[in-house]
Amino acid sequence: MEITTRSLWTLIHGMGFGALYLLACSGALVELWRRYSPHALQPVNPRDESFLRIYLAVMAALAWLTVLTGAYIVYPWYRAAAPPGTANLAAFPQRLLMSSPSTIAWHSLGMEWKEHVAWLAPISITMAAAVFIKYGRNLKTHPQLRSAVLGFTLVSFLAAGIAGFFGAMINKSAPVEGGQTIQLIHGESR
Amino acid sequence: MSAPASPSAKLPNGSGAAAILAAGIGAFLVAVFALAADKSAAFKSLMIFWKPTGPLSGVTTCAIVVWLLAWAVFEARWRKRNVALARINTVAFVLLGLSLLLTFPPIADLF
Repeated sequence: MEITTRSLWTLIHGMGFGALYLLACSGALVELWRRYSPHALQPVNPRDESFLRIYLAVMAALAWLTVLTGAYIVYPWYRAAAPPGTANLAAFPQRLLMSSPSTIAWHSLGMEWKEHVAWLAPISITMAAAVFIKYGRNLKTHPQLRSAVLGFTLVSFLAAGIAGFFGAMINKSAPVEGGQTIQLIHGESR
Repeated sequence: MSAPASPSAKLPNGSGAAAILAAGIGAFLVAVFALAADKSAAFKSLMIFWKPTGPLSGVTTCAIVVWLLAWAVFEARWRKRNVALARINTVAFVLLGLSLLLTFPPIADLF
């Protein structure tokens, strides 16, 4: 069982940081919706408040790690230009997608949208984390602030979902491969 | 955008409003800079801060810098005040909605 370094970084970017972020979004939305509503019956205790502060800060870190590894590690491999006359485009995913009418939209629509919309996630969740860190349980007395935090968290979920969906589909059609091969497990032939 | 202080509010809402409006502006600028780089070859080459990533490097770096500057300016002006948050939320959500729409290639191609 082996994996290439480019494939490993794509995994870290998408299934590591990105997927963890998407999973974390639902928890943040439920917590902000239920516990910090002005109509919530139970008071928020300091321990729960501290937990959500850390949770949102970790989410913001995950969102930034996702877009930064995507834009500065994986994306350059994806968009690398093939030397003229290259017949096998497997090492040039963007060119591979653009070489066929059946796959070109994965780039012209999927990647073109993903590479920009993904950045709405870290901007939105950084705002949500900063506002929550500042106001904490006081959000219950600032319903408009809470609405904005919830709304931006929801949009960050949507943006990350769009980016994640297209990332997975693009990598299925034209995987980012290459670099050194890392041997994970030595199997035995049967 | 000043408004009378709410008696129930312990903390002024200005800091929160500053973060919300700045985030709306930052998100919108990602879309606007991306659109400009798509439409103008000169702007596109100007946005190539790091060649392997291409114009995406400049588009996102510029949007982030303006977002953080806007946040710092609004924070300095509003942190001790209560502001009209309903209007700020509306503007921020409109900017966020526009950024979602303008990053969608079929809509960006209409310009």
